Amino acid sequence: MARFLAPEAFSAATEDLSLLPFNLERTGTNQYLVSNMVGDFIRLTEDELNRLVDLRIRPGDGLYEKAYAAHLVTGTNQKAQRQLLAARLRSRMSFLQQVTPLHIFVVTLRCEHSCPYCQVSRQSTDRSRFDMSEETAIRALDIAFASPAARIKIEFQGGEPLLNFPLIRTIVADAKARSGKKVDLVIASNLALLDDVVLEFCKANNILLSTSLDGPADLHNKNRPRPGGNSHELAVAGIRRGREILGPDRVGALMTTTEASLERVDDIIDEYLQLGLDGIFLRPLSPFGFAIKTKQFAKYDAQKWLAFYERGLRRVLEINRQGTPFREFYAALLLTRMLSDRPIGYVDLRSPAGAGLGALVYNYDGSVFASDEGRMLAETGDDAFRLGHVDHDSYNSLILSDKLIGAISSSLTQCAPECSTCVYESHCGADPVYHHATQDDALGIKPLSAFCARQKGIMGLLLDILEKSPEDAAILRRWAAS
Amino acid sequence: MTLPLYGTASHSAGFCSDKARSVVRLRAVESSAERHAADFALARTSVEVVRAIEANWPSIFVVSDGSIDLPSTFDGRLVAVPLKFNYLGDGDVLGFDHSSRKFRTLFRRNSAHNSFLVTERCNNYCLMCSQPPKDVDDRWILSEIKESLPLIDPATRALTFTGGETLSDSEDFIAVLTECRDRLPTTAIQVLTNGRAFANSEIVDAWKDIGHPNLMAAIPVYASVDHVHDHVVQAKGAFDETMLGILKLKDRGQRVEIRVVLHALTAPIIEETGRWIARNLPFVDHVALMGLENTGFAIANDAMLWMDPVDYGDGLAKAVDHLSAAGVNVSVYNLPKCVLPKSVWSHALQSISDWKNGFVDECDRCDEKNSCSGFFTTGRPRFSRGVRAITSTRRELSPLAG
Repeated sequence: MARFLAPEAFSAATEDLSLLPFNLERTGTNQYLVSNMVGDFIRLTEDELNRLVDLRIRPGDGLYEKAYAAHLVTGTNQKAQRQLLAARLRSRMSFLQQVTPLHIFVVTLRCEHSCPYCQVSRQSTDRSRFDMSEETAIRALDIAFASPAARIKIEFQGGEPLLNFPLIRTIVADAKARSGKKVDLVIASNLALLDDVVLEFCKANNILLSTSLDGPADLHNKNRPRPGGNSHELAVAGIRRGREILGPDRVGALMTTTEASLERVDDIIDEYLQLGLDGIFLRPLSPFGFAIKTKQFAKYDAQKWLAFYERGLRRVLEINRQGTPFREFYAALLLTRMLSDRPIGYVDLRSPAGAGLGALVYNYDGSVFASDEGRMLAETGDDAFRLGHVDHDSYNSLILSDKLIGAISSSLTQCAPECSTCVYESHCGADPVYHHATQDDALGIKPLSAFCARQKGIMGLLLDILEKSPEDAAILRRWAAS
Repeated sequence: MTLPLYGTASHSAGFCSDKARSVVRLRAVESSAERHAADFALARTSVEVVRAIEANWPSIFVVSDGSIDLPSTFDGRLVAVPLKFNYLGDGDVLGFDHSSRKFRTLFRRNSAHNSFLVTERCNNYCLMCSQPPKDVDDRWILSEIKESLPLIDPATRALTFTGGETLSDSEDFIAVLTECRDRLPTTAIQVLTNGRAFANSEIVDAWKDIGHPNLMAAIPVYASVDHVHDHVVQAKGAFDETMLGILKLKDRGQRVEIRVVLHALTAPIIEETGRWIARNLPFVDHVALMGLENTGFAIANDAMLWMDPVDYGDGLAKAVDHLSAAGVNVSVYNLPKCVLPKSVWSHALQSISDWKNGFVDECDRCDEKNSCSGFFTTGRPRFSRGVRAITSTRRELSPLAG
């Protein structure tokens, strides 16, 4: 029998070491958070970091093992470490294979609500001027069906889209008659006009409903005024009825955080819980439309919002600990990116940005925008993300327009100052529309960006819980798993 | 108890001398199945021998410790083996060496645990190898397998190829697998390999081209760190090649199982290894965390390798958690339930091959015996101090040993 060799005999192969790319951030005296090329995090002391960078590490010293398992170093002649990173990066970026899966149809800009935070600047009158025409809708469908994605989602937006329900019927019938793509359908509605006719139509066509619910009645009605002051009552009734007819998972609700919400996160969450919803999406206000005009957006900063978010997340975790599965959906999206390599094309969490590549928006007047926020900007006079018009453009001319290519290529987090070296880069996203709106620059100066502050704040919070609270960490890991 | 799979015939006659070995398939005397040149009537008594001759069987295989009386008119082939091989039955396949009269049972039709040893050569030299490699020219084994394949019941549910390193002669072996595709398309084929050969793209492409509908490469990975794995398998650079091999197989959509054998070098880090597999290789089709079979090199390296499973149960449970949470299909092999934390019981399988599987007296009182892996009977079995019958009263007590 040949002699067996001691562990030291197998260290030699790794004497010639190379560093692999990583980002880092100082998190305290002598403490660093380090992330590898695909966003796996480890913590190192300053001394460990220095030894790593100088490659003063050797098999058996503990740091070598930590750094090797985290893909921070490789034997110079080895291939597997790099190939594994390449495979994982490819998986993470493979959302790019589905080009323009979302097509938003603004079938009318009219709305019977008069929300001061309205981001789309709704109109209350003049059907002929603010409704989408049938000709425009058909041309928009031509463009949507020319996109390369095998499966597309058509989302009806407004205004209040149910104010132009006949056009929704027309578009759905036309889309179903076309071949070559699988089509998912969503109506984003305040549900005030939901009736049995609409519900039967949704059921027959397997249409999802997405609505707004800002919290308990007083808060919701304050945020979302309408004649009669009964927005909450109608939304809740609509959610109940919709779930009953279409199925519990066929109605989703979204909330928007206003200044009045900041002290009420527990009430807001309880409202969702009582309705039997399986989670909540804690969303900040976006800097668009009336939200700017009425100064709603300026009323709280990122830090206040983060405090609100953290209280909310901890309340959600408490609910889970008490035995009721209930998710915070934004955390679930981030955790999926942080704990797995599944491709997530969510618009705020991708670079290259989701503008155009993730979605196209067909406005009521036939203008085509790179994102929902892009058309919001246009309503207040800024055409930066207006890519063209359904009458003059094709899918290719829209997607290859200088405007879109400029916005996407100038905002890549992979090479943007601050972003490219950020420890959270792998999980974050480019948001050229937001930064254009707030800083008049698609790239933006990230230390001044509330988007950046929120992203880093939430990811830092999630990491903290994952590392320090085993019971909560187990709950968070489940959110990332499916 | 251990089933004897190797032996020497007490008597043989009628084999031609221009061939060193024959593959033999046993058939019941009264079998009406179409007769193949390799078929022998299986007789256990003189009466059955007579019936076989009456039924015009040209070849007869006798399992008996008594003497065989053959009519002098019989001029066919004859093999007689001792009664301890009485487990042999209709449809079983053996390899028989003419001059030495040595034979090996290659395939038992009634077993769920059939495996073919492909070669004893290997480019790893694992510290715990249960089948210590030999550097010999044993290519005749592959020829014997080729000869055996047409004799195997196509209804066989599972077949394993093991070694040595099965891909030592990759071209010839892949030809055997291709024949499996044609002859045994509904059989689950598992190939135990160290995966290093798949670092070569040509070999992975050839593997992919086999196109068997249910083919799995089962590949050991012992750590998340190169030198730890290389030490366990005693081969510098093995980790890099094995990992590359796994990536290339999955890149081509091939099925891969990762196997981690648990002993004193791998078990203390199993939580980290499990977490690392969950994070880096969640796309593998199965992960098996396996108790050590204390035979072969594992006996020679006992001082270095033995670790009582109750001392790594916590880490094992955490590894199973990490893998399950990432959606990876994970199983625990070769470890009896009484030494495992209850949280992994649902992952613990009856994985030990029937011919080398046994229980101890204590197991007779255990409620879980029927769904338990039990123990290896091979080599020099070592028993955990946690081995104890699980009974309804004991289950309520706090977890044992820890």
